[in-house]
Amino acid sequence: MSEIGRPPPRTWRPPIDLVICWIALLLLLGLTVVLSYQPLASLNFAVAMTIAAIKAGLVAAIFMELRHRSGVVRAFAAAGFFWLAILLWLGLMDFLTRT
Amino acid sequence: MTGKNYVTEDYRLSSWFTTTDHKRIAILYFAALIFFFFVGGAAATIMRIELATPASDVVNADTYNRLFTMHGIIMVWFFLIPSIPNTLGNFIVPLMIGARDLAFPRLNLASWYLFMLGGSITLYAIFMGGIDTGWTLYTPFSTLYSNSYVSVAVAGIFVAGFSSILTGLNFIVTIHKLRAPGLTWYRLPLFIWSLYATSVILVLATPVLAITLVLLAAERLFGVGIFDPRIGGDPLLFQHLFWFYSHPAVYIMILPGMGVVNELISCYARKKIFGYRFVAWASLAIAGAGFLVWGHHMFVSGQSLTASLVFSFMSFVVAVPSAIKVFNWTATLRKGTLRFDAPMLYALGFVGLFTIGGLTGLFLACLAFDVYATDTYFVVAHFHYIMVGGMVTAYFGGLHYWWPKITGRMYPEYWARAAAILIFFGFNLTFFPQFILGVEGMPRRYHVYPAEFQVWNVLSSGGASILAAAYLLPMFYLGFSLFFGARAPANPWGATGLEWRTSSPPPRLNFEQQPVVTEEPYDYAHAPEPQRV
Amino acid sequence: MTMPTRRSRNVSDRSDIAEHLATVPQRDEVLELGMWTFLSTEVLLFGGLILSYFVYRHADPQAFLAAGRETKIVIGTLNTALLLTSSFCVAAALRAAEHEQRRTTRALLGLAIVLGLTFLGLKSFEYIEEYREHLVPGVNFARAGENAHGIELFFIFYFVATLLHAVHVLCGIGVLAVFAALATATIARSRYVAGLRTAALYWHFVDLVWIFLFALIYLPGRSS
Repeated sequence: MSEIGRPPPRTWRPPIDLVICWIALLLLLGLTVVLSYQPLASLNFAVAMTIAAIKAGLVAAIFMELRHRSGVVRAFAAAGFFWLAILLWLGLMDFLTRT
Repeated sequence: MTGKNYVTEDYRLSSWFTTTDHKRIAILYFAALIFFFFVGGAAATIMRIELATPASDVVNADTYNRLFTMHGIIMVWFFLIPSIPNTLGNFIVPLMIGARDLAFPRLNLASWYLFMLGGSITLYAIFMGGIDTGWTLYTPFSTLYSNSYVSVAVAGIFVAGFSSILTGLNFIVTIHKLRAPGLTWYRLPLFIWSLYATSVILVLATPVLAITLVLLAAERLFGVGIFDPRIGGDPLLFQHLFWFYSHPAVYIMILPGMGVVNELISCYARKKIFGYRFVAWASLAIAGAGFLVWGHHMFVSGQSLTASLVFSFMSFVVAVPSAIKVFNWTATLRKGTLRFDAPMLYALGFVGLFTIGGLTGLFLACLAFDVYATDTYFVVAHFHYIMVGGMVTAYFGGLHYWWPKITGRMYPEYWARAAAILIFFGFNLTFFPQFILGVEGMPRRYHVYPAEFQVWNVLSSGGASILAAAYLLPMFYLGFSLFFGARAPANPWGATGLEWRTSSPPPRLNFEQQPVVTEEPYDYAHAPEPQRV
Repeated sequence: MTMPTRRSRNVSDRSDIAEHLATVPQRDEVLELGMWTFLSTEVLLFGGLILSYFVYRHADPQAFLAAGRETKIVIGTLNTALLLTSSFCVAAALRAAEHEQRRTTRALLGLAIVLGLTFLGLKSFEYIEEYREHLVPGVNFARAGENAHGIELFFIFYFVATLLHAVHVLCGIGVLAVFAALATATIARSRYVAGLRTAALYWHFVDLVWIFLFALIYLPGRSS
């Protein structure tokens, strides 16, 4: 949680892992926009959702520090999305199976 | 009361409205809930008087619509859902786990204020004439055609929903992080497991209700027709969103009651609950599986056959953990040292009435039978057996069981047993005829009916008057006991559980010294004897 | 509140943790679990809207693609970049706070707030444009042709979801402003850091929601 205090450096440097994550997010943003203009038919949606999921995963793991957290915290973080999956899956089932 | 306890430590009225003490907040909720129980009960009284005759002689159709809507909204959102969690849960959970308070005491007070705000807004809607959509608020009637205070009522429910969410959040974090040293998960009383499962549902289901109500109000107030068939909207989308919350909501209502029954049966049989781990995990299974069955409210609404089949199958599955609990409670009674004090009478009543309610739920889970019985009095009887015969019964049982701990007084035992028996009798006379009415074809939400249904309706209304009197009895003798009851020792029932290791009533911070747990739960072999007070 | 006359042995008397908690790690864990629980409720709050989106997208896919083309991808992409950068600023501010770099913390939080306000400003501009183009359901929506109904349903989702998100951004800005103001106050460091970490989780979550909303709103239909 709180790190052992080090003597403060004279000029503040942004932590390199956060910078890399930020740049990766911006690159993925550019990628998803560019790919959305490519004629991939039904794949467009899957590609957009996949890239969004990767970006979300980076925000959750790096910015929200889930990579450093225990199983209980990760389970709490995942629970909402798991239940959303239930809502979407069972909710859409009706509409997808109507004749 | 001798010595300083949570009641006597500050006598100013303002200290009650600014308290962060979970025990005082429980009392604040309790007072509010008595009021709402009376409001919802008043609606039911007028309805049953009207239904004693086939013709419309007390109210007209429009008023009757508003009455059953008000009854449903008040009883579901402003009585049943907050009942055990916010009164007994708030009071007992920190004591039972050896903590000084919930994880977020100020959030707890905020929950109460949100509840009161939501309740006030809804009461305003009722006072201005009420709404006539049924508590289920189906579109497009509620969005396009109903000429009543739908938006106001919906706003009140929305605000109360956030009270629920914050309560569930508080309990989850408390149970994870504030347990006493040595209190592992498998040493927890089953009341805690049940409230944990309840809190999971509160936290994950209620937000969907919130957004659904926002969409309903948006369509009604701003003409954004998200459920409007004229622009391609689908009224069934509303039903899916509504029931995604409202089915788990019924498990919010019953799981705490089951939790209380665990405590009562183990105490009054002086035996550990049979199959403790099965009961613990069954609570979580009910919470989880309860999210997978909501379409059984929509078998005749027009959803696809595939969806209906899946939901029907899942509805059978969700009955299994409840059945496990009923078997285990029954097995606990065998070779126990039974005492038939009032809380035990309520617990036994719960087991019997919940079994009937649960079995009839299985009938309704069958597609073929449901097509016949849906929107008849069979459904009304089914859910009243669970909600009133089950939940309210368990609430009264828990109230009596923990009354000495909460108030420091003993209630009069013979009056309490008489009330319990009268409630059981009045309840069955009110609601069993409704099963028959449903099978014979009487539809729900109608105030007029063919003459051949009158006999059963008269029995039901007669039972309702007995039930009303029976519910009033505890008000009198419990109120009497506050002033004239014998002073309660710390552990009058000789029960296990950390809440019985502190004084009755407890001090402000619950324990003089932090308790440390080394025994298994329900260790009645080494528990003190019950005291004759 | 009246003080208790006797304290439990194991409970600390420190001023930076509340009287009902025992240790600093317990306080930190309580705050973190509490915030993640709250964020789960937010997932389901937006989740109801997401279900509506997929239901109507399935019902009329062509209309949703046509509607996606009517959204303003330049503003949308710029807004996404702004939020991602503000998340970086908040994460960096938390690291600075852990190292007692109080002025740096305040500067980074201030930058995040500016980016958040810019997001809201661009959103407002976008809404005004959509009003001019008669795309606001319930107000002045006007589209003809076979896709009209589907486009209207898309834009109902668009306005409800982005307005709800904007409200969350506004609340987040308020919370960040409080922590920016408190950055140089004489408050116990561990307490400030614990609070900021909790607030940061909320801000990152708001960013996370937008990542998905962006993909659902601005990207459909671009390839045709």
